[in-house]
Parts: sequence; structure tokens; C-alpha cells
Amino acid sequence: MSAGILIVVILGIAVLGFILGRQRALSLAARDNVKLHSLPGYYGHSVALFAAVPAFLLMIAWLFIQPILIETGVSRMIPDSVIPDGGARSLVMADVHRIADGLDVLAEKGGLSEEELSRMRADFTNVRSRLAEVGVAVGSDIPVPVLDAAREYRDAKHLGSSLMVFAVLVVSIVFAAIAYSRVRPEMRARNVSESFIKALLMGSSLVAILTTFGIVASLLFESIHFFQMYPAKDFFFSLTWNPQFRGGSDLGIIPLLWGTIYVSFVALLFAVPVGLMIAIYLAEYAGKTVRSLAKPAIEILAGIPTIVYGLFALITVGPFLRDWLAQPLGLGNSSSSVLTAGLVMGIMLIPFVSSLSDDIINAVPQSLRDGSYGLGATQSETIKQVIMPAALPGVVGAILLAASRAIGETMIVVMGAGAAARMDLNPLEAMTTVTVKIVSQLTGDTEFASPETLVAFALGLTLFVFTLCLNVLALVIVRKYREQYD
Amino acid sequence: MNDATMNNALMSNVKTTTKADVMTESKISAKNVQVFYGEKHAIKDVNIEIRPRSVTAFIGPSGCGKSTFLRCINRMNDTIDICRVEGDIAIDGENVYDPKVDPVQLRAKVGMVFQKPNPFPKTIYENVAYGPRIHGLARKKSEMDEIVATSLQKAGLWNEVKDRLDAPGTGLSGGQQQRLCIARAVAVSPEVILMDEPCSALDPIATAKVEELIHELRENYTIVIVTHSMQQAARVSQRTAMFHLGELVEEDDTDKMFTNPNDQRTQDYIMGRFG
Repeated sequence: MSAGILIVVILGIAVLGFILGRQRALSLAARDNVKLHSLPGYYGHSVALFAAVPAFLLMIAWLFIQPILIETGVSRMIPDSVIPDGGARSLVMADVHRIADGLDVLAEKGGLSEEELSRMRADFTNVRSRLAEVGVAVGSDIPVPVLDAAREYRDAKHLGSSLMVFAVLVVSIVFAAIAYSRVRPEMRARNVSESFIKALLMGSSLVAILTTFGIVASLLFESIHFFQMYPAKDFFFSLTWNPQFRGGSDLGIIPLLWGTIYVSFVALLFAVPVGLMIAIYLAEYAGKTVRSLAKPAIEILAGIPTIVYGLFALITVGPFLRDWLAQPLGLGNSSSSVLTAGLVMGIMLIPFVSSLSDDIINAVPQSLRDGSYGLGATQSETIKQVIMPAALPGVVGAILLAASRAIGETMIVVMGAGAAARMDLNPLEAMTTVTVKIVSQLTGDTEFASPETLVAFALGLTLFVFTLCLNVLALVIVRKYREQYD
Repeated sequence: MNDATMNNALMSNVKTTTKADVMTESKISAKNVQVFYGEKHAIKDVNIEIRPRSVTAFIGPSGCGKSTFLRCINRMNDTIDICRVEGDIAIDGENVYDPKVDPVQLRAKVGMVFQKPNPFPKTIYENVAYGPRIHGLARKKSEMDEIVATSLQKAGLWNEVKDRLDAPGTGLSGGQQQRLCIARAVAVSPEVILMDEPCSALDPIATAKVEELIHELRENYTIVIVTHSMQQAARVSQRTAMFHLGELVEEDDTDKMFTNPNDQRTQDYIMGRFG
């Protein structure tokens, strides 16, 4: 029975449980002539929930754990001698998976009985051509242990899924039966369904949190792998970034980090003043009509895909800066430059700064403005000396969020600043950032286990820690000064 | 215009002429003031004379326009887009709605204290120094210190805060915050102080302190106070004006208003029959 049908069956049991539970509550109440504690539907709910939720949880857990168990068991069956030179165990395991699937196909289309399959011997039968006949291609001839492993894998998988169907159905029926037998008029069915809802909501937030941990864990795992092959000292302190296909690469993060910080800095230098002034105008000076038109118009900027910004940088801003700034000043000939990427990224960040700051400035109580005007202050004096200081923590939070966004940006940098890892102060030179290098290291032809590829995870982890610190800082600042005005 | 307002206008005229010899001329004089919020006619033809160095209380049920009228005196209503003011309000004979008058300068001369204490999120010192600083009243740090100290003394707050001038103004208690706001208003040496229900957010003890303060400030400033509390109006003011539905019902000596008002509506309001 496949997982889809199993789900439908469990849902069926749940619906049945709902109807029966509801009826039992009603009939018991009528027989004993007592009042039900909850509405009849709640008794049905409680049976349905007990029928479905534990069964689904078991199913999810099973689907996660079974492949891991089978994989490690089967993997142990493959001796090192079968693994080709320079290849990895995972490649052989991929063959095992494919052959196991192929055996399924053989059983189905080729009309082979289970007995024939189990008698099939790799050293006598040409399994590869048999598989090819039914459309399953295997790269090389199949060694005996691999075929055995595949057979074992297949059997374990079949056994596992039958066991799962059985176990899940048993759990569903048993729990439903227990819940059904507990239905009594005085049972607090409302509270039962309430606590299930609470658990459901808690579980949802847990998913988000666990995912974050999962991401960090996977980054951490691969990064540790990397640092076993490449010294951490060189990674963090070397000033050269020069990956080689044949090994012996220099993988220093400093030039990339410098590029990231430089480009983000230029972007913020542009976005923060412009964004703040927009926010002040919208919040303090603009009339209702202007505001209702201008605010959404500016927020459109936030909806433009970054690749489109990248095109704008590549085709318009880059050549413009080269022809009108870099060449006349003799500062370079490159159309990709830090300034190009920074400016375009700055435009992208304007709505982040302006929209958030606008909300924050609007949240400053009107009484502070009145107080200031009442003392004979002008509008700009009031903004400068009363409103901005009051709004500052929120504005700093907005800026730091924009900074995290800038640091993680990739597309605009590839197309605007290029991909050359370089440390330079000249903003009209091409440079590159951590994110760009993560992409380029992972999309090469190099094998996955080399430091040149794994460095991407170390880069990603560094970047993650960096933006995490920024976000925490933003939260701390915002929280610390929040109750300043209330 | 209805008969009651006619009568009141006549009566107050009579009074000012008969008492002219014992009284100085009025500090603020409003003539035919009309205020509109969009389509709404919020103030209907108000005429009133406010005497210098005395406390005038505005009373009346909620929404009667007393706060609106108060905010016309220092043109605070300018900050509300849909608000339109007609008629004359003169301070010392100069119409504040004259195009030549700069509302920013005017507000330095006519200070304001609001319903809810609204200290700036700055230190106590900076709260008081804010006004003098934007108007350039102090050339040196020592002069500023002097202004801050005297303003806090006038507001009766000096002894409570002199050791912690660097503490945030928002950290004070509600009553202290309101007195800080009064010190802030006093610091720019205004001639008139407008108070819009200054005690409505305070407990009785803090209220008593602020009322005491109003008594002392009367010697140097012309004070106009909007209040919902009959007792407060009776305690702090010399003159009382009763507003109802945007009209000035009557205006008279406080003693007379609370014992023997001319208008039935004033009588009813003071007795608590409506409002």
C-alpha cells in the first residue's frame, strides 16, 4: 500500500471516528439523561484527532528513520574492494539504489517471479543487459556484492513499508478505539480539542526553529569537513583567493569579505540618507494624497527581482560610470565595479529603509510634536531634535536589516561588480563578494569532496554568523530603546 | 446668533465699561471667531476678553469647542490641515492671524501645556533647555544653566530633580512630568500660558501641586486653562467661560458663575445635569 492510499485510509478512520464518537456522546447523554460537558461535535473531534494525529506522527517518523537504517545496513555489505579508485562509497550506493529499482521494474514488466529474482546470480547472468532490456541503464558491469546489496536493499525496503502500513493502521485503530471508549457525557472534550490545537500551533513554530537549526547544522557539518582539509588559519587570515582545479589553492576569505563589506557600505551610503529623507518627507511633510500615491510607488522598488536590477547594473549603470567617471578620472577601465553594484543595490534597499523608517516615525506620538511646536519650534527643528532622536532606535534597526539584506545579495554583485576576488580601495575596480564565490565554487566541475567545493559551506557559515550578529544587534537596539516613549 | 449669546455679549460689554477704572485692559481679545473642521462648524462666533495676570478657566461638556478655541490662541490648529479659522484674536492688540505674524514666534510668546504630560525623550536638563536653545536665549552654558534652574524653580520641581538633571525626563512620575512640561514652557519666557486639561492624567496629590503652581504663576503670566473639573475651575480661576456646542454661553467672574450664573445652561452644567 502506498503512502498516499495509507493517508486516505487514516483520514477515513478519522471521519468514521468523528461520526461514531459524536453519536456515542449523544446516545450516552440521552440514556443517562445528563447534560453533555461540550458540544457533541467536540466528542467526535477528540476521537478523530486520536485516530489521525498519532498515526501521522508515526508515519512521518518512520519515513525519516527507515531510509537511514537501511542505508547504513546495506552500506556495510559493500566491501572496499568494489569501490573504484578515486570514487566514493556514495557513488556505489547510488548504483545499488538504481539496481534495486531496476529489479522492481523487472518483476513488474519482465514478468520475473520473486523466486527467479532471488536466484539471479551476478556471476552467471548478465544482469546489466537484463536491466537494460526494461529501460534501466547501469554504468558498468555489476559486481556480485553490489547485486547482493541491491537485493538486500530492495527486500528491506519492501519489508519496511509493509511494516509501516501495518504499524500505522494499528496505531490509528487502537488510539481511535481508546478515545471512543473514553467518550462519556462528563468528559471534557472541548479541552481535549483545545490542547490539540495548541500543540499543533506550537509544532508549526517548532518547524521554523528546527529548520534554522537544520540549516546551521548542515553548514557546520560540511564546514568541519572543509577545515579538516584546509587550515582554518589560512582561510580566515590569508589575503589571497585563488582556487585551483588541481589542488594547492589559496582560499583566503579576506578579499571576499572585503568585497562584501565594501559593496554593502557603498549601498548603505546611498540608501540610508535617501531612504531616511523619503521617510521624513512622507511622514511629516507629504499630504494625504501624495503619501497614498508615493508610498506604494516606492515600495514597487522592493518587488523588482534582483536579476532585473543586475541587468540594469550591467547594461546601464556600469558603462555609464566607466565612460563618465572611471575613464575621465583615469581610475580604471572596467564596466563592473564596486560603485556600480553598490549604487544599484542602494536603489534596491531604498524601500527597505524608507518604508520601515516611515512606519517608525509615524509611531512617534503626536504629543511630542505638539510639545515641540507649542514651544515655537519649526517643523525641521522638531524633526531634527525631537522626532529623529525618539525614532532613532527603530531607524537603526531598519538600517541593520537593510545591511543584512545587502550582505546576502548575490545577483546584483555578479552582474554589477564582477567575479574577480581583489582587495582594492578604488571603488571603480571590479571586486567580488562572498555570496558570488559560493555560487561559483558550487557550480564548477570539481568533485564535491574537495576543499575547493567545500569552501562554499565555510563561506556560507561565516556569512550566516555575520548577518546573524547584525540581526541580533538590531533586535537588541530596538528592544533596549523601545520604551523610551510611551 | 441666539438671544443668549447676544445677552452675554451685551452684558460683558456693560461690565468692562463699568469696571474699566479698576481693571487693566484685556491681554487677549477675540472677536467673531469661527472655526471649521472641514464641514463641521466647531466654534460659532465667539467673543471674549481675557485679562492679564489672571487665570481664566474654560468649562463645558466634551466636544463643546473649548480646547479648539484654546488652540486658536497660539495657532496650534495650523498644524491640522482641514482646520480653518475666521475672525480676529488679538494679543496686546496685535492680531495673531495677521499674515505678517510668524506662528513660530507667536508660540514662543504663548506657551502651551498639554493634557497628557509629553516630555521629550531627553534628559530633564535638555527638556527645559530645548526652547531657549532653538530661540537662542542663552549665549553661554552658564546662562543656560541659569535659565534651566529658574524655570525648574518656577515650576516647583527644582528641589526634586536638582541632583539628577541628567536623568531622562520620561523617568519622572506623571505629576513631575507635567511640572517639567510647565518648566519647559516657562523657560522661553512666554507672556501667556495655555493649559489644556493639564491635570486630567494626574492623581489628586499631583493635581494639588499643579494647581498650587498655577496660583503662583498667575503673578507673572496670563493663564488660560481648559478643565473638566468644576472644582478645579472654582479653585484656580478668577474668570470662567462656559462653552456649549461651539458657542460661548457666558463669561464672568468665577465666584458669580458658580453661585449665580445668568444662563440656565451654565446652571445645569455646574449642577451636573448634563455634560
